[in-house]
Amino acid sequence: MLKVIDSAVPVACWSCSIGHNDSTLFCPHCSKIQPPPGGDYFSVFSLEPKLNLDLSALEHEFHRLSRKLHPDRFARAEENEKQWSLADTALLNDAYRTLKDPIRRTEYLLKLLGAEIGVEHSGKDRIDPSRVPADLLEEVFELNMQLEEMRAARESGVEDPALHVSLEQAKRKFDVLLEAVDEDLHAEWKEWDEGDRATRGAAQKKLVALLDRRRYLSNLVRDVNEVLGAGA
Amino acid sequence: MAEGRVVGIDLGTTNSLVAYMEGDKPVVIPGVDGSNLVPSVVALDPIPDPIPTDGYRPTVTVGNSARKALIQTPERVIYSVKRLMGRGLEEIQEELKLFPFHLAGDTEVGEVPRIQLGELRFTPPEISAYILRQLKRNAERFFSAPVTQAVITVPAYFNDAQRQATKDAGRMAGLEVLRLVNEPTAAALAYGLDRAKSGTIAVYDLGGGTFDISILKLRDGIFEVQSTNGDTHLGGDDIDNLLLAIALDEIHAEHGVDLRQHPGAVQAVRKAAIEVKVKLSTEPMARFDIELPNGDHYQREIPREVFEMLIEPVLKRTVGPCKQALADAGITPEQIDEVVLVGGSTRIPAVRKLVDELFHLTARGKRPHTELNPDEVVALGAAVQANILAGSSKSTEEMLLLDVTPLSLGIEALGRTVARIIQRNSTIPASATEHFTTGVDGQTNVAIHVVQGERELAADCRSLARFDLKGIPPMSAGLPRIEVKFLIDADGILHVSAREQRSGTAAQIEVKPTYGLTDEQVESMILESFDHAEEDFARRLLIEARNEAETILAAVERAPLNPAWNQLTSDEKSAIKLASVYLKKVKQSDNAAAIREATLILDHATRRFAELMMEAAVSSALRGKTMNTAGEELAEAVTAPHAMAPAEFK
Repeated sequence: MLKVIDSAVPVACWSCSIGHNDSTLFCPHCSKIQPPPGGDYFSVFSLEPKLNLDLSALEHEFHRLSRKLHPDRFARAEENEKQWSLADTALLNDAYRTLKDPIRRTEYLLKLLGAEIGVEHSGKDRIDPSRVPADLLEEVFELNMQLEEMRAARESGVEDPALHVSLEQAKRKFDVLLEAVDEDLHAEWKEWDEGDRATRGAAQKKLVALLDRRRYLSNLVRDVNEVLGAGA
Repeated sequence: MAEGRVVGIDLGTTNSLVAYMEGDKPVVIPGVDGSNLVPSVVALDPIPDPIPTDGYRPTVTVGNSARKALIQTPERVIYSVKRLMGRGLEEIQEELKLFPFHLAGDTEVGEVPRIQLGELRFTPPEISAYILRQLKRNAERFFSAPVTQAVITVPAYFNDAQRQATKDAGRMAGLEVLRLVNEPTAAALAYGLDRAKSGTIAVYDLGGGTFDISILKLRDGIFEVQSTNGDTHLGGDDIDNLLLAIALDEIHAEHGVDLRQHPGAVQAVRKAAIEVKVKLSTEPMARFDIELPNGDHYQREIPREVFEMLIEPVLKRTVGPCKQALADAGITPEQIDEVVLVGGSTRIPAVRKLVDELFHLTARGKRPHTELNPDEVVALGAAVQANILAGSSKSTEEMLLLDVTPLSLGIEALGRTVARIIQRNSTIPASATEHFTTGVDGQTNVAIHVVQGERELAADCRSLARFDLKGIPPMSAGLPRIEVKFLIDADGILHVSAREQRSGTAAQIEVKPTYGLTDEQVESMILESFDHAEEDFARRLLIEARNEAETILAAVERAPLNPAWNQLTSDEKSAIKLASVYLKKVKQSDNAAAIREATLILDHATRRFAELMMEAAVSSALRGKTMNTAGEELAEAVTAPHAMAPAEFK
């Protein structure tokens, strides 16, 4: 699944016809823009797939490539170059958006590795009891009851200050849990980045579990914020 | 430059402007009347009496002269059409209650609404096309060369349909729209040009009809938008309407006159309301003084405190979008280094106070940027972007704008919920790939509903389009794997393509936009406007040159009647006579450039006469003008001579 940059397939440049590998955005011979390359998001930035990234270097490279690829640079170019500039820049932007965000980056890498990752849930199924991490079961149920009470109180126009305070407390508690998950994620990044084939497998499993837990917690925090924010 | 100039256009709710880069500085191109602003008002000339029998079609005027017609023939005038762009019939019903114009009676749901204007009907993009064509002509007159490519600005919070409608309007006006640029971003470009800054800036843009807030990061010439938010239905118009409602209600209650029955009178009161609003930006008090049809006078003082209380709910509506934009950018108000104010409504002191509080400016010893005229800054920025696209200038070669999509893109999923495929504030161009399959054996069609917005139910979002993936090879349910690629381009407009992966055939897509014109409709509207108004460019230049020549010659004819004439020396008089004889002769030729030159010679010869006339006219405001302009402003008898760009006379 994971593509290694060096093994990219050679293709012929549309302009100068000289062959080059298909992971490049510009022909190394005639410098003309090329159709979107076949590699993954990391290869867009000529990076090895890694979870710990130098974000300022990533931004610098994003800006450098944007200057060369952006449709603004091709406003008066031939139609084919215009289309490739559009497609290449979309790829560049999609790649940058994914890689600069630690969670999206982790999810993306895990997906490249073939892992099943939960998707961002919206709507009613946001809090699905079957997905509650076992150690949080009791607190989550209590929190949900408080959230319901709070919403009902809002609708009837009566505020219970005590409820507000206890929701604030719950929020702080879940914020702390979220921070703990992020720390664990960072630790596993290191494991994965520096690991070999065997240890990476273990790190990968932990990462998947941590992402699930994180998604769950951040949805809870979002719900509490929504309920608390609605009255402000 | 072989390909001609690219101009920047601000197609505004209230006023529109066209600008270009003169060297390394963007400047606004004035109209023939010398004014930088072209009011976004379009009018049909009154029906001539008697009506000509052979294929009569009324003339369309744009700008100041159209605005004047608002009071006499309100049923033949349309303004603020930007508020109707890209919107469906059911969306504009409420809106139209505030306007003197009506929908065409035969408009059906699902069609692009058409506005009844006198005896004709126009879609909003057609009306906008008239405004754009006026700007195009102003630019062509200025350069004495055709202008065919433009950058047009749109509110950052415009959705796909509103953007597409704007692009359609450009096409109808004979302009290739090289890029749609978001207004607040354009403003940032205009400000960022003369200083190589780094930092985070917020652009607060409260215009005539729309509100935008954008947060940008500047670094080495790259303008990277972090987040944007807004309200496409919030602006100076709403403030005018509040004042208008007060006046109309009080006139009804105190004088027993219900002006709401008289569209022309309502427009007169609206004009007064706007004057009150403008005055209150600099004075502590302003007053209505309106003569009513029954001879009564409606007089009402509005102190600034009362005005501020009145508009507070309108201004407060900008707070939510600002906070959301900050949250989306992941920053606090203290992290904003600079705030730029854009749009005429930011002249209101209460707006400035609100902005100051929102971004903690005074508390941090900062002031918002207002150095560039808030009415012009967007057009100036559009000119900068036009220059970037033309790619021919040293001053902009290091600059690049990276903008975002203001609204999330989603597809309707099971249970009518929305599956988001491109999040709001994603840098554009952006893309997403989704896979679809069939639910029934042998199914050859899959319907996809694309929406834009942040709500969780598809019905609460803005419906963009329904796609029908057709021609799927018949297979067992769930077996086809159709890859659909969604791409938002640099204009913020969506493109969709699809492919069935198992059979390798490209699935055919029939795109049915929920709102908007089809390609064929746009095409037919281009032809229509060309048939009736577009002339050969060289011929038009000639007509314009002759008209200008006639204007100045007419003024010279009358000159000896003016007391100032006798103050001229005999040398000066004979120079004027000589130049006017020369111009009369050249005017007969078909050489537009020669006519122009002869006009300039005569204009030059009459400069001192114009100065003397001005002194005599006591009008210090007119100092420094030549006969051509002074004559227009001073002589009562001169009528608008310019066929293309009727001038505004004071």
